[in-house]
Amino acid sequence: MGMKTDEKLIVKGKRLDGRKPDEIREIEMKVGVIPNANGSAQVRFGNTIAIAGVYGPRPLFPKHRQESDRAIIQCRYNMAPFSVEERVRPGPSRRAVEISKVTRLALEPALFLKDYPEMVVDVYIEILQADGSTRVTGINAASLALADAGVPMKDLVVALSGGKIDDTIIIDLCGKEDNYSEADIPIAFLPRKKEITLLQMDGQLTPQEIKDILKNILKTGETVYKKQKEVLKKKYEK
Amino acid sequence: MTETRDIVIPGEILGDLKEKKSGYGTFSEDEKIISKFLGIPKDSSGFLSVVPLSGVYIPRRQDKIIGFIISIEKVGWIVDINSPWSAFLSLSEAVDEFVDFKRTDIRRFYDTGDIIYAQVSDVRGSDVQLSMKTPIARKLRDGVTIKITPSKVPRLIGKEGSMINTIKEKTKTIIRVGQNGVVWISGEKVNKAIRAIKLIEEKSHIIGLTDEITKLLSD
Repeated sequence: MGMKTDEKLIVKGKRLDGRKPDEIREIEMKVGVIPNANGSAQVRFGNTIAIAGVYGPRPLFPKHRQESDRAIIQCRYNMAPFSVEERVRPGPSRRAVEISKVTRLALEPALFLKDYPEMVVDVYIEILQADGSTRVTGINAASLALADAGVPMKDLVVALSGGKIDDTIIIDLCGKEDNYSEADIPIAFLPRKKEITLLQMDGQLTPQEIKDILKNILKTGETVYKKQKEVLKKKYEK
Repeated sequence: MTETRDIVIPGEILGDLKEKKSGYGTFSEDEKIISKFLGIPKDSSGFLSVVPLSGVYIPRRQDKIIGFIISIEKVGWIVDINSPWSAFLSLSEAVDEFVDFKRTDIRRFYDTGDIIYAQVSDVRGSDVQLSMKTPIARKLRDGVTIKITPSKVPRLIGKEGSMINTIKEKTKTIIRVGQNGVVWISGEKVNKAIRAIKLIEEKSHIIGLTDEITKLLSD
């Protein structure tokens, strides 16, 4: 967001990659991609690829970080150095630390952490290829990996991003749109009760526009949820 | 395509709280019974429950498990039970005779690396106690151990032990299955038995698995 460009981002109602404003990119999901992890998943939204591994519940050390009545969840979001055109400097940056935290907060309400006192659930998210909306792709992958790991959950977590370019409300931003948009909102929610667990905003929107984007995402999220459901069941239906 | 059992995902509604009761692997919200796990739903005597298809072993009292001794304390042993917690086997629960632990080295009874078949005698939060004072408890010598998903242990054993007995007979092996997902095998055709067990773990949700196993074993 923020950068200016002379390029027209929406031409005749079609976006750069030929999508309609309320159309999402092609989605591909895989479960059980890391044999060593308790649960794992890979999710692709267009050119954005995220892979997530879940380890645990397992004992947490150092001991002073343990909670006596519940488990804690540790999240790490990391972009691979080769994930974007210009190399990402390896290691946690300000941005990665922030996204790790919001991912943790987005996943926490979906889990029954009280079932495992004094333990930790580790969630590692790697972005293999970045083309916009990496944090929501990561959350989708983490949600599948948690279900695959057999961690008790209230519901899966579905995440999607929305935004605004050229006064048009769009959904599932790609990298270029992300850079030149007037605003973008990543949202994660629990689909059964439509509880929102992540809502961030970058840019400027009117209250009405936010309502529209929210409505759009909650509706389109159903397709993502259906896909998640399908892929989890398919793992065992061979 | 082979016929499979129904699979539910976390958050899927299984039934109404007015008609059924909420069993293991489920929770209730707004009068509805909802699954906690990715697993196979079951309905037994009014209780709706879900058997998870994956997950770690959570110890319960009376469980018969296979453990590995990982370290030795002054009056007992620390045992790895393939669970997030490790268990403690105290000297008094392990040995019948009187032992003056100040004078004897308790490595005489169990040493690190030994495999034991024991029972969980008590669970308090993260404190798990084991006992060897049951007729079935013993030290397992030789043989190989493999690990399977703990929730699939009932499937491996089968109805009244039908599945495990078939494997034992056909491969001429001795097999012990711990409820923590550790399986100990010793005997003649160990490799064949391992193949059969791995197949059961992979295809535990398929109907008519017993026939497939019988076929594999008679080849």
